[in-house]
Amino acid sequence: MEIVLISILNGVVYGMLLFMLASGLTLIFSMMGVLNFAHAGIYMLGAYFAFDITRVIGFWPALIIAPLICAAIGAAIEIYGLRRVHHNGHIAELLFTFGLFFIIERGTQMTWGMLPVPYRVPSALDFPLFTLYGIAFPAYRGFMLVVSIAMLTGIWLMLTRTRIGLIIQAALTHPNMVSSLGHNVPRVFTTVFAGGCFLAGLAGVIGGNYQTTEPSMAATLGPIVFVVVVFGGLGSLAGCFVASIIMGLIQTFSVVVDGSIADLLKYVGITVSNKNLFGEILTVPGSRIGPLLPYALMILMLMIRPRGLLGTRDT
Amino acid sequence: MSASNVTAAPSGGSRQGLLWAGILVLALLLPWAFYDYGASRHSGFVLTMCSQMGMMILFALSYNMLMGQAGMLSFGHATFFGLGGYCTIHFLNFAGKGDFPVPVEVMPLLAGLSSLGFGIVFGYAAAKQRATAFAMITMGIGELIAVAAIMFHNFFGGEGGINADRMIDQSLFGVSYASPVQVYYLIVAWTLIGAIGMLFLTKTPLGAMANACRDNYERAQFMGYDPRRVRFYQFALSAFFAGIGGGLYAITYEIVTFDAVSGQLSANAVLMAYIGGQASFIGPILGASLITLMQSVVSLWSNSWLIYVGVMFITIVAFAPQGLAGMIESHGPIAQAGKLNRLFVPYVRMAIPSLGVLVGFVGLVELTNFITIGAAQGKKLVFFGSEVPAYTIMPWAISAACLVVGGLWLKFEAANYLRVWDEITDDIKKGSQS
Repeated sequence: MEIVLISILNGVVYGMLLFMLASGLTLIFSMMGVLNFAHAGIYMLGAYFAFDITRVIGFWPALIIAPLICAAIGAAIEIYGLRRVHHNGHIAELLFTFGLFFIIERGTQMTWGMLPVPYRVPSALDFPLFTLYGIAFPAYRGFMLVVSIAMLTGIWLMLTRTRIGLIIQAALTHPNMVSSLGHNVPRVFTTVFAGGCFLAGLAGVIGGNYQTTEPSMAATLGPIVFVVVVFGGLGSLAGCFVASIIMGLIQTFSVVVDGSIADLLKYVGITVSNKNLFGEILTVPGSRIGPLLPYALMILMLMIRPRGLLGTRDT
Repeated sequence: MSASNVTAAPSGGSRQGLLWAGILVLALLLPWAFYDYGASRHSGFVLTMCSQMGMMILFALSYNMLMGQAGMLSFGHATFFGLGGYCTIHFLNFAGKGDFPVPVEVMPLLAGLSSLGFGIVFGYAAAKQRATAFAMITMGIGELIAVAAIMFHNFFGGEGGINADRMIDQSLFGVSYASPVQVYYLIVAWTLIGAIGMLFLTKTPLGAMANACRDNYERAQFMGYDPRRVRFYQFALSAFFAGIGGGLYAITYEIVTFDAVSGQLSANAVLMAYIGGQASFIGPILGASLITLMQSVVSLWSNSWLIYVGVMFITIVAFAPQGLAGMIESHGPIAQAGKLNRLFVPYVRMAIPSLGVLVGFVGLVELTNFITIGAAQGKKLVFFGSEVPAYTIMPWAISAACLVVGGLWLKFEAANYLRVWDEITDDIKKGSQS
């Protein structure tokens, strides 16, 4: 029981972190048709900027400044990069961000080195928030939860209560109609792209010290974020939210599962040996299968329902 | 593409044959150009690089069967390369135990067939999807296999990979494959067979229908073809050729680790095919050779070759979406009209600021790289034989100045170049009308 509760809490924290990245990616994709491969790169940059700013000024200013720098980088990418390749089609835009990801990853290694940087949880938040069945729950995870929920409400209010939010919402479903109505679509694009990068940067600031800040963090998280976006349904923020939480829970719950398919088969009286080349598929314990599950789920989802969980249009 | 081939069929055909023969002769003679006659042995570096080039050419060509010819943007092509490699390692181990009487020369074919099997299974799931969904499902498959390669120890060997001995004493021609040069010629042979096979496929109805489904999916459907089936065949066959490359990889290195199925290798396929030029058959060959060359040669001097490749890729996406091969081919009509000499001066004028941009950019990258990584490793930053004082302001200022001045100057020269280019094409059009 205590394992279930702790896992749910950790899963939700991780899921909210995923959602912060995935929401920006979904917004950008829905509006511009670009699957931004550099998104996880921006997340990584957010973490590294936060590390540097924390060293000079402190963690709290970094919480604002680092995402703003990321937003500025995003706006620059949109204005000077994507607009230029826009006339070559969506594939060219996608490949542009794909190339950008390499440059960001390699550039990060060049600037900050190959090893993880010591980006730590601020001491003001470094205490156990409460103890559940003898297991301490760190206050920083609670803080992450607060920030991500605040961000979620922020997006929701902006999308439903402001004028720009209305235009963005309209552009999510009817991009052509919005431009026909005379809105400055390129500027909306830049805003959305910068906004998405702001969210990615924010996720980097609060996620960088929750996980490790290292040059490979983008490459490990990037595919998972794509899985979330595709699984939830491209263009659907609600689906994206549900998928983030599901993926977060899967990642934390699979760690505690100790059994394997072979154990199940034992109940029906079949024993599997681990000696041949392929028997391992059945005997590997659930805790090690964890990283594999998101991809398997995404492939299944795309095979059965290509538009994703709550998506409304085909990918 | 086909239209120009039809008009220039007699001379174009023989010229293309000549080009292929030239590439083959080059491939056969290349190791001997770097042969150390004093010590009477081959240069190991050149042999390794050329072997790597051969398999990467197969890999890039098979990738272009998807991206260039069928418009299927895959982000998991390394899956088939790597799985072919893993299967070959197991075949070699079986053969080493003596219960698998297959000669080494045939191993790549078996690797290809294994990958074909995987291609059929995964293609069933993936080929139905279009555009982004296809890109995502292939990425999912790629990541799935990459994760599985670390997780399952019996088949993939975990992080350490699995190894085998290629000297299994079974050969069609009595070759022992003890020396790398023997393996190199095996690679040349299989790369040639694979390339010819893929070239042949582009001339078949399947190749033509793959192009049709790329250009207009709905119209191909209206004509009574099932685009999903065409894409499925194309996917499975491209997995087959990638598997041959993987088999050669396994035979060359005698070890396959999860690097061979990693996302990095899948990404390399995209880079190679796109930089080389996805629209022409020869493009991926160019791209694969160039990137392998950069990977081996640039990495001798600097460990930031990936950033150069990335910048090259972005530049090509933004300014020359047809890739290197497309850039060369676009000079064809001008050369035919005998007006190539008019482009000479603009090219020379562009070369000078380009050199400035290059020096400035490389300088900045290497200086940054040196301060973070190189200095800690106790290396020295050496430029043309003299040590560069990386901690003073001068090298930074010079590099930045080269980059900025060169960039602005290049912008000016590029406008001039485009003007000359337009003038020439206008002249050619006028000439053909009158």
